Amino acid sequence: MFEQFLFAVEVALNGFMAGVMYSLVALGFVLIFKASGIFNYAQGVMALFAALTLVGLMDGQVPFAHLINAVLGTEAHHFGWHLPAVLAILFTMAIMVAFAWAVNELILKHLVNQEPIILFMATIGLAYFLEGFGDLMWGADIKKLDVGLPQGINGWIDETTFNAFGYGFFIDNLDIVATVIAAVLVTVLVLFSQYTKQGRALRAVADDHQAALSVGISLNSIWVLVWSIAGFVALVAGVMWGAKSGVQFSLSLIALKALPVLMLGGFTSIPGAIVGGLIIGVGEKLFEFLAGPALGGATENWFAFVLALVFLVFRPQGLFGEKIIERV
Amino acid sequence: MKTQLTALAVAAAFAAGPAAADLVFPSLDYRTGPYAPNGIPVADGYADYFTLLNERDGGIGGIRARVLPCETGYNTEKGVECYEATKGQNALVYQPLSTGITYQLIPKASADGIPIHSMGYGRTSAADGTTFEWVFNYPANYWDGASIAVKHILDLNGGNIGGKKIALVYHNSAYGKEPIRTLEELSGKYGFELTLLPVDHPGQEQKSQWLQIRRERPDYVLMWGWGVMNQVAIQEAANIRYPMENFIGIWWSGSENDVEPVGGKATGYKALALTAPGRDFPIYEDLERYVYSKGLSAGAGDQHGKVLYNRGLYAAMLAAEAAKKAQEIHGVSDITAAQMRDGMEALEITDRLMASLGLPGFAPPFSVSCENHGGSGRAAVQQWNASSGSWSLVTDYIKSESGVIQPLIEADASAFARENNISKRCN
Amino acid sequence: MIYREAGDFKTNYREDGRTFPIRFDRWAYFATLAVAFLVVPFVINDYWANAVLLPFLIYAIATLGLNILTGYCGQVSLGTGGFMAVGAYACYKLMTGFPDVNIVFHVILAGGITAAVGVLFGLPSLRIKGFYLAVATLAAQFFLVWLFNRVGWFYNYSASGQINAPTRTVFGVEVTGPTTSAWATYLFCLVFVVICAWLARNMTRGSLGRKWMAIRDMDIAAEIIGVNPLGAKLTAFAVSSFFVGISGALFFAVYLGAVEVGEVFGIQKSFLVLFMIIIGGLGSILGSFAGAAFLVLLPVFLKNVLTGTLGWPTDLAAHIEFMIVGALICAFLIFEPHGLAQLWRLTKEKLRTWPFPY
Repeated sequence: MFEQFLFAVEVALNGFMAGVMYSLVALGFVLIFKASGIFNYAQGVMALFAALTLVGLMDGQVPFAHLINAVLGTEAHHFGWHLPAVLAILFTMAIMVAFAWAVNELILKHLVNQEPIILFMATIGLAYFLEGFGDLMWGADIKKLDVGLPQGINGWIDETTFNAFGYGFFIDNLDIVATVIAAVLVTVLVLFSQYTKQGRALRAVADDHQAALSVGISLNSIWVLVWSIAGFVALVAGVMWGAKSGVQFSLSLIALKALPVLMLGGFTSIPGAIVGGLIIGVGEKLFEFLAGPALGGATENWFAFVLALVFLVFRPQGLFGEKIIERV
Repeated sequence: MKTQLTALAVAAAFAAGPAAADLVFPSLDYRTGPYAPNGIPVADGYADYFTLLNERDGGIGGIRARVLPCETGYNTEKGVECYEATKGQNALVYQPLSTGITYQLIPKASADGIPIHSMGYGRTSAADGTTFEWVFNYPANYWDGASIAVKHILDLNGGNIGGKKIALVYHNSAYGKEPIRTLEELSGKYGFELTLLPVDHPGQEQKSQWLQIRRERPDYVLMWGWGVMNQVAIQEAANIRYPMENFIGIWWSGSENDVEPVGGKATGYKALALTAPGRDFPIYEDLERYVYSKGLSAGAGDQHGKVLYNRGLYAAMLAAEAAKKAQEIHGVSDITAAQMRDGMEALEITDRLMASLGLPGFAPPFSVSCENHGGSGRAAVQQWNASSGSWSLVTDYIKSESGVIQPLIEADASAFARENNISKRCN
Repeated sequence: MIYREAGDFKTNYREDGRTFPIRFDRWAYFATLAVAFLVVPFVINDYWANAVLLPFLIYAIATLGLNILTGYCGQVSLGTGGFMAVGAYACYKLMTGFPDVNIVFHVILAGGITAAVGVLFGLPSLRIKGFYLAVATLAAQFFLVWLFNRVGWFYNYSASGQINAPTRTVFGVEVTGPTTSAWATYLFCLVFVVICAWLARNMTRGSLGRKWMAIRDMDIAAEIIGVNPLGAKLTAFAVSSFFVGISGALFFAVYLGAVEVGEVFGIQKSFLVLFMIIIGGLGSILGSFAGAAFLVLLPVFLKNVLTGTLGWPTDLAAHIEFMIVGALICAFLIFEPHGLAQLWRLTKEKLRTWPFPY
C-alpha cells in the first residue's frame, strides 16, 4: 500500500513537470490573446519554425536548399560551419522578431477591429503558410537538436529518495531545467510588464485598445513586441520539446497539449497558464495511473479536456479568467 | 469556382496525358506531414532503384520503368485522390506505405484489378492468397514480427521465458494494435506475462507509460511505434535507464531517424529488420555510377544507405523482379496490372538471384504462391551502435512460428471473405 | 442589370415565403440542380467522383451542420470529427447488424444517433460560453475517438480495429463497397446534400432559426424576450449533430469505404470543418458550400497544377501548396473578412447596378 502511495507521488511529481512543459506552450497563446484578443492557432507551428531555424543555423544548413537545387540545378546543402548554440539562439530570435514584424505589417494591420473569429482565421492561414514555409526552408526530415540540455534520470533525487523511502523517484533532468526556465521566464515577463515602459503599455493595450490608443500608445509596435515575445516563448517550447523528440513536423502538434491548459487557466492569465498546466499535468498522469489499467490506457488526451470541463462547469470563465459580466 | 473547375479539368487532362508504353510504378509517398522523415528515404530508395534499372539496363525487359510519385502526406483522403489520379495510367502495382491507405485500397484495387504490395505493413491476413487475390504482403507481416521478436527473446533465454514479463508499447491505432492478438497467443504458449501500453497519437508525451515500465520492470519491451513516438520512446527508455538491449522495436521503429536524435544513450537498442543495413553491397557501386554521379538521385540525395532507403530499394527490387517474372510468364514485355499480379504470385527470390542483382545477403530468399502471399515470414534483429552511427544485424533471419500465425491469418481472412462474399480460390 | 429584384412582384403570402423569393436566385438554383442531377452523372468518372465531388458533397453536409451550430446559434464546436465518427460507427454497426434494411435508413438513423450524442455533449453549453465551450466539444472529440478505438464491439472485434463498408444497394444499384460506379455514389450523396441543404435553409428561416440567431446575437436578451436557451441550444446541437452524423456515415460508407477512427476523424478534421465555415461565411448556407469547395478543391487544384502541369517535384509542390493556401486565406480575410458568402453578397450588389453603377 505504501508502495502504491510512493508510486502515486512519483506520478504526480512527473505530472507536475509535464504540466510545466504544457504551460510553456500555453504561455505563448496567453501573451498574444491578452494583448490583442487573437487566439493564435499558429503558435504550435511557430514553435516548430523557431526550432527548425535554430537547428538549421547551428548546423549551417542552406535555407531553401531543395528549392535552390531544383531550380538552379546546384548541389548546395550545407555551408560547412557550425554555430555555437548561444549565437544561433540570438539569430533565431532576430528571425522571430522579423517574423513578428512581417505578420503585423502584412496581416494584422489590415485586420484591426475585426471580430475575434476572423483574427483566429487569419492565424489559421498563417499556420498553413508557415507549415509549408518552414518545411521548404529547412527540409522535412528529422533533425537532432543539441543545445547542451541535460537529459535522463536525476541521480541525486533517485538516490536520496531511495535512501529515504526505499524507492528511488524518477525525475527527468530536462524537466527540472524546463521548470527552472519556466520560472525564470514567468518572472522576467512579470517584471517586464510591471516595471518597464513597454510593459506598462502592453498592459494598457490588454485592458483597452482604444483607451491605450488615445493616450498615445502605438498599437502596432506593441503588437510587434507581443508577437516577438510569443515567438521567443515558442522558441523555448520548441527547444524543450525538440530536445526530447528531435525537431520534426510533429512538434507543431504540441499546441494541442496547450488547449486544455488554456481552457482551464483562462485565455488571459499568465498565472492561469502555469497553474492550469500543472493541474492538467498532475490530473491526467494520476488518472492514467489510477484508472488507466482498468480502462485500457491512453486516457490522457481526453481526460485533460474532461478535467478542464469539470472545472469550467463551476467556473465558466476559467480559473483565473476575468469575470464575465453580462449586460443587455 | 467555375473557372477553377475548368482549370482543374485542364490540369487533370494534362496529368493524364502521356499514356506511353512505360511500365508505371506509382509511388504514394509522403515527403510532408508528421511522418515525412520516414517517408522520404523510402520514396528515394524506391525511385532510385528504377532510375538505376533505366540507366543501366534500359528498363525492365527493354521497357523503361516510370515512377509516378504522388504526395499523400500520410493522409487517407489524399491517398484516395492519388490512387484515382494514377490508376488510369496503367499502374502496375501500388505500395501505399500507410496502413490506413492500404485498408482503403484493398477493396478498391481488388475491384479494379490492380495488385497491392504492402511490404511489412497493411492488412496482415492479406498473406492468405486464397481470399486476397490482389493483395500481397511478402516478405513478412506484423504477426510474423511479433513472433520473431518473441523467438529472439526465447533464443536469448535458452528457450524458456515462462514467468518473464514482456511489455508492448504501441501506437494506439490499427497499426499498433496488430501484434496484440499474436502476442496474447504466444503468451499463453510460452507462459510470459504481457503488459499492454498504448500511446496516443502523436506520442510526444509518454511519461505515464515509461514510469509504469520503470515500476514494473518488464524483462523485455517491444515497440510498435511510428513517427515521433519512436524517438520519444527511445529517449524515455534511456532516461529511465532501461537496458537498451532488452528493448526491441518493429521494423518501422528501427531507422536512423528513430535513434539518432537520442544520441549515445540509444546504443544497444534493437529493432527487427527486413533487409540488411548499410551500403556494403555491389549495387551501391552501380547506383553511384549510374544514378548518384549523374545527379539523378531522387529527393535531396542524402538518404543513401539508410535503413528505410534500403527498404525502398528492396520494395522496388521486388516489384521489378515481379515485373520480369510477369514478362516471362506472359511472353510480352509491355505487361498489364493483371499480368503483374501473376508475376507477383510466381515470384521466387533466391540467394543466387539476389547475388546477381548486386544484393548478396541483403534479404532472405522466399517464394510466393497462390495460397501464400506472405512470403517467408523472416526478419532479422539489428542493433544500433551510436558511436559508429550504424545498425548491424545481430541474428540470422529468423523464421516466425507459422504454427501460431497461420490459424490466426486463416481465421481473419475467412471472416473477411464471409463479410464480403468472396469465394476461396487456388483449388 | 443582370441581377434584378425590381419588378419581382408577389401577389400572395405563399409566394412571398418561398425558399428563394427572388426569381433570379430561383432560376440559378434550379439550373444548378438540373446540372447536378442531369448532366454531371453522365460525365463523371472515378477521379472526379472520388477525389473531388464526393468529398466536396460530404464536407458540405458537415459544414451545413456546423454552420447551424456555430454560425446560426453561436456555439463554437471543435467536436465535428468526433461526431462524424459517431455517424460512421453507427452506420457501420447498423449496416452489419441489419443487412436487410436499406442503407438510406441506416444513414438517417446514424444521423439520429449522432444527434442524441451531440445533445449530451451540448449540455455544458448552458453554462460555458464562447471559446471556452470548445473545451466541452474537444472533450467529446478526444473521448469518442478513444472510445471507438478502445471498445471492440464498435468495430466488430476485427483484428486491427478498422471498419470496412460492405456492399449495399439502393434500388438495385450499388452505392457502397468496392464495385460501385461513380455516378451512383455521386447521386446518392447529392440527394442527401440537397435534402440537408433544403432542411437547413428552411429551418434557419423559420422560428427555430430565429431563436438560434437570437441566442447567438445576445443570449440574455433572447431569454428576456422569451426564447428558451435550453431548448434553442440543444436543438441546435441536435440538428447540427444530425447533419454531421449523416456526413460521417457517408464519409465512411460511400467515400472511403474503410476507416480508422484516429486518423480519419481526428482533431484535424474538426479544425478543417471549422475552417470551412469561417472561410465560407458564418451563418450562411451558401457559405457552407463555398467553404467546403474552397478547402476541398483548392489543394487538389494546386496539386494538379504544380505537379501535373508544371512538373515540380512532389514535395516542393506540397510545401508551396500549403503556402499558397495559407496566403490565400489571409488575403481573402483582408479583402473580405466575412467569408466567401459575403463576397457573393457584395458581388450581387455590384451586379444589381451593372453596367451603370452610381
